[in-house]
Amino acid sequence: MSEDDDRQQSPPSDLEFVSNKARNCNATGSGSGNPEFQSAYPDQVLENVLHFLTSKRDRNAVSLVCKSWYRVEALTRSELFIGNCYAVSPARATARFARVRALHLKGKPRFADFNMMPSDWGAHFNPWALAMAKAYPWLEKVHLKRMSVTDDDLATLAELFLGFKELVLVCCDGFGTSGLAIFVNKCRQLKVLDLIESESSDDEADWISCFPEGESHLESLIFDCVECHINFEALERLVARSPSLKKLRLNRYVSIGQLYRLMVRAPQLTHLGTGSFSSSEIAGQGDQEPDYVNAFAACKTLVCLSGFREIILDYLPAIYPVCANLTSLNFSYANITAEQLKPIISKCHKLQVFWVLDSICDEGLQAVAATCKELRELRVFPVDAREDSDGPVSEVGLQAISEGCRKLQSILYFCQQMTNAAVITMSKNCPDLVVFRLCIMGRHRADHVTGEPMDDGFGAIVMNCKKLTRLAVSGLLTDKVFDYIGRHGKLVRTLSVAFAGDSDMGLKYVLEGCPQLQKFEIRDSPFGDAALRSGLHHYYNMRFLWMSSCRLTRRGCQEIARAMPRLVVEVIRSADEEEVDDAVEILYMYRSLEGPRTDAPKFVTIS
Amino acid sequence: METEKDLNLEATELRLGLPGTSNESAKNTTHRSNKRALPEQPMSANIDTASKNCDQETAQHTKAQVVGWPPIRSYRKNCLQPKKSEAEMSGIYVKVSMDGAPYLRKIDLKVVKGYPELLKALEDMFKFKAGEYSEREGYNGSEFVPTYEDKDGDWMLVGDVPWEMFTSCCKKLRIMKGSEARGLGCVV
Repeated sequence: MSEDDDRQQSPPSDLEFVSNKARNCNATGSGSGNPEFQSAYPDQVLENVLHFLTSKRDRNAVSLVCKSWYRVEALTRSELFIGNCYAVSPARATARFARVRALHLKGKPRFADFNMMPSDWGAHFNPWALAMAKAYPWLEKVHLKRMSVTDDDLATLAELFLGFKELVLVCCDGFGTSGLAIFVNKCRQLKVLDLIESESSDDEADWISCFPEGESHLESLIFDCVECHINFEALERLVARSPSLKKLRLNRYVSIGQLYRLMVRAPQLTHLGTGSFSSSEIAGQGDQEPDYVNAFAACKTLVCLSGFREIILDYLPAIYPVCANLTSLNFSYANITAEQLKPIISKCHKLQVFWVLDSICDEGLQAVAATCKELRELRVFPVDAREDSDGPVSEVGLQAISEGCRKLQSILYFCQQMTNAAVITMSKNCPDLVVFRLCIMGRHRADHVTGEPMDDGFGAIVMNCKKLTRLAVSGLLTDKVFDYIGRHGKLVRTLSVAFAGDSDMGLKYVLEGCPQLQKFEIRDSPFGDAALRSGLHHYYNMRFLWMSSCRLTRRGCQEIARAMPRLVVEVIRSADEEEVDDAVEILYMYRSLEGPRTDAPKFVTIS
Repeated sequence: METEKDLNLEATELRLGLPGTSNESAKNTTHRSNKRALPEQPMSANIDTASKNCDQETAQHTKAQVVGWPPIRSYRKNCLQPKKSEAEMSGIYVKVSMDGAPYLRKIDLKVVKGYPELLKALEDMFKFKAGEYSEREGYNGSEFVPTYEDKDGDWMLVGDVPWEMFTSCCKKLRIMKGSEARGLGCVV
């Protein structure tokens, strides 16, 4: 249930940018200078060895050793990861890698999730689907993030890949239940269909009924984001004939009574997303309520629980039997108070991942800190996502978590007020932090106790958390915080900046100081063309840079484009605005082997 | 579409008028007041159907809020918002089919505010071009013709009645192959 990007390290020279320099492969170790040296062992041996390599980082390194290793690695790579679908073309990818079984592809930049990019910007899966169909008939798995996927694409996957097994769509859009219907019907070997935070249109197609009859191979079915009614009877029959089903996440159109019927048929589940945790019928049916507690108790292997839409609190105690085994609990759609949380969380000793709403207040977070000593990841989302709303959580909750959950590795925390002291405390108590994302919702908000900027708090994080790779900053921030990041954030790969900094120096500190920086998103900060120039030495090592509502001009962007031919520099304006002046609203630039893309809409100008 | 006329924007507008239509020729009757000689309206993001994706509209309605801030996905925001009243929520959903296409779609006529937007939405949905509409000749220059079934079960050409009347009597939409549509006249 991670919303994060892949955390695996991808080195600067990953797939998208492998240079084709041939190196001499000299088995004797002495440089004889022969251009094409005969290797001491046949390719077959190398192939057998390289089959064991799965990490893409290792594979990228291997491919750079020499021409023959490059060739053999290309033959043996079965999982293809492309972090930016525009960095390399389908043709180039399929030309290099002959035997791909799994494709992992990412499209739009993350800020597109927050409506900051006009729709129809791009990231179409279609050309990839068609290219894969020709090149990889044995393709089994496709994992897409922030791509546009049409019903036709779904049909292509189901019809042209006979052994297709696994489809995961994260933050995708462009398809509907019609496409799903065709997909599930034609995909006879389907094991995994995970639709996560994706948008699908409701074409009133009864896609659940379209799964073929007979025993299914389904191991995972996740459709909590699909906003349409489903045929429950068909779903029940499907679950009944899916003995391998381990993960099931229902949408909110499934009531708790229906959930019961499914759980009874699938006690082997390890991951369960309840639908709406309430009844569909209005009170007074005459029938007895099913024994929900028993149903949960029967699920001895349940470790991950989520859902709880439209929760009716009376039903919550039903989950007590599984709390002790839970490693992951997602309450981020359940508006519950601290008092309502406590009886549950006090049983969750093994919990490692916890997503929750700020409705639990600082007191609820204290309860979490008291019990969840194994906590690795915490996300606290706001019930009321506005700048000026009341903030039920604050530095008190953050401090409590830092004191109780020493093994914390990842935190996303939305709040209205914060202090440097609490952030500094967390930096010292939680040295294992890899991801630190603090969102103080009021823009430019200072430390509410001292009135100081939040520079020192974030500074402490980069100084003390030596494993930190992802950072998101907020609140009142001067150039000083960027100086800290540039000096100490040597492992930072992903950085998110909003409404921060005083001058170009801020951006310069980071671009000059952070050698591992890959993904950099900035909005509403006073950085201009001069600052942009200070990153020229580094842009080819990055996946992308996003800057919106900063102080860039077209001329400045064009300069960068001229200086760096392998960079695609997109200037994007809001769809309905005309080109007014030299000011750049959105800059999105990324390295690419292909040059300007041909599918750019009118509101995108590529320098 | 009457509002545009009231504001007298025609004088300075650039428009993509369909042949045979201009505001002058729309003088005759109230029938014709919603003709399609209209300015290009930027298509607002999604003609989605039941999905509650009104995030862009939400961003525009809430005055002091900045777009995309705080950074919460609209799906999450929408799930936590108190439920709107039934009247607010319910759109006018009609099924849309196209001859030859395997997929059925739905469109919310409340979201689409007039014929030009409707045509554009249909064209985007099914990837076709509707052709030029004229009162006398219907849709010219295209294989496909948008039609609708009205309350009486008759199949009519889209565009022949004023928009409000259309939204209240349209039961379903069908994009027909031109040859079949020839029998349908416009109501004059």
